[in-house]
Amino acid sequence: MNAAPLLEVTGLAKVFRNGVTALHDVNLSVAAGSFLSILGPSGCGKSTLLRLIADLTPPSAGTIQWSAARGSIGFVFQEPTLMPWASVWDNVYLPLRLTGVAKEQARPRIDATLGAVGLDAFADTYPRELSGGMKMRVSIARALVTEPSLLLLDEPFAALDEITRFKLNEDLLKLWQRHHWTVIFVTHSVFESVFLSDRIVVMTRRPGRIVADVPIALPFPRDEALRTAPDYSAYCRQLSQTLAEASA
Amino acid sequence: MSARIVAPALVGIVMLALWEALVRFNEIPPYILPGPILIAQTMLRDGPSLMGSLWVTLRITLAALALAVVLGGAIAILFAQSRLLELSFFPYAVILQVTPIVAIAPLIIIWVNDTFASLLICAWIVAFFPVVANTTLGLNSADRNLVALFRLYNASRWQVLRHLRLPSALPYFMAGVRISGGLALIGAVVAEFVAGTGGSSTGLASRILESGYRLEIPRLFAALFLLSLAGILIFAVLSWISNALLSHWHESALPDED
Ligand SMILES: Nc1ncnc2c1ncn2[C@@H]1O[C@H](COP(=O)(O)OP(=O)(O)OP(=O)(O)O)[C@@H](O)[C@H]1O
Ligand SMILES: [Mg+2]
Repeated sequence: MNAAPLLEVTGLAKVFRNGVTALHDVNLSVAAGSFLSILGPSGCGKSTLLRLIADLTPPSAGTIQWSAARGSIGFVFQEPTLMPWASVWDNVYLPLRLTGVAKEQARPRIDATLGAVGLDAFADTYPRELSGGMKMRVSIARALVTEPSLLLLDEPFAALDEITRFKLNEDLLKLWQRHHWTVIFVTHSVFESVFLSDRIVVMTRRPGRIVADVPIALPFPRDEALRTAPDYSAYCRQLSQTLAEASA
Repeated sequence: MSARIVAPALVGIVMLALWEALVRFNEIPPYILPGPILIAQTMLRDGPSLMGSLWVTLRITLAALALAVVLGGAIAILFAQSRLLELSFFPYAVILQVTPIVAIAPLIIIWVNDTFASLLICAWIVAFFPVVANTTLGLNSADRNLVALFRLYNASRWQVLRHLRLPSALPYFMAGVRISGGLALIGAVVAEFVAGTGGSSTGLASRILESGYRLEIPRLFAALFLLSLAGILIFAVLSWISNALLSHWHESALPDED
């Protein structure tokens, strides 16, 4: 995919107030419509990079240049981050409510999004009554409901069991292919990143820098069968090694 | 019936029986320590007039509590709008809180002519702080990532307050209100004690003072009993409201794990 870049990160650095340098000289160009994974050891600044891209925290140096196609952003945090006082439906309604969409107008979109993540039966449930995986799906639904042009996912499936994780991986891929979003996906898991992405960047230990940029030339659509394919294993081996070097 | 009711009730009955026995066997005169039976009789006899006084005290208490809830909540919301505002004024709220009310009540009673108003101000000073302190804490403890999410969707200050900070603060606010309920009663009684020495109050506290002067100790106990009953009732009602408001989501109000 050689589409025009949606955003261009140049010389990005982040030094926190306590003196910790989380990121140093990060350069990254993200093509519109791509599925990019960021792989790196814990504490290397992956979450920080996502927060910088979403403009939730200011950079210490460097710039993020957006193309004219910049639309809304959907963000899925590392934790579900739901409002405990609101039902599943109201949690998903939040982004639309904040942008001034009336409840009745929002209803079809919310119901459809809840259906897409398999939670239509739980609309009136409160977060405390959900399992960890279900909470994460609510969080994903909330990010999707505005039909964002860029979806930022911060290890959304880290806390889930393998089966649920595989299922959500496939669901996410299907949604991505249907809607042509740009996705930036942060993960610890080599297998997950290879399965999902058309490109993977690997970051080093603090201060975080990008040390490898690997296009994944596996065809879409992808399904369970891919997980046992030889090319898939080859990519996984290659990236495991790169990650091990980056973590050393 | 659950142990929650039976156990403390049993303890109460045993204590009352011991008390009565102690008074009878030692022939303690009622102006030193009346037995519970005599107190109950006094209660029946003087009940109606004591109830009138209770109402006077309760009116001040409830008005002070309402004022503490409304003004305390409003002050906390103002504090949450600006860190500078909070830093500038919070110390004065603390000063007001730590100054013993008995020390300033005489001044307030002199300055404010209306008895009800002066007692109300005293009770309010005692009661308002927990609401301010708790609500301020609650408004500032919204989940950081949720705050970020609101920012991502360009939420206005008002939207952040309405949909995030206020709901986050509700459990803290209710905890503050429950403390304030008891304090409002204490504040009202203390203020009445101070005012009562000038003979300008007709609340329960002045009845206690008056009974003390006249050595009508059984009546003093009856008034005391009414006062505790009112305090317990206020706490129970506020707890019930708090539970009703939080029952569907907050840990403090959830039923036991099943
Ligand atoms: N608000 C903050 N203040 C100070 N230091 C911070 C802050 N947030 C993160 N850091 C530091 O910045 C570094 C990068 O943090 P970040 O959360 O981006 O890591 P990460 O790659 O997402 O890790 P993980 O995979 O464990 O989630 C860490 O060393 C962390 O201690
Ligand atoms: Mg992280």
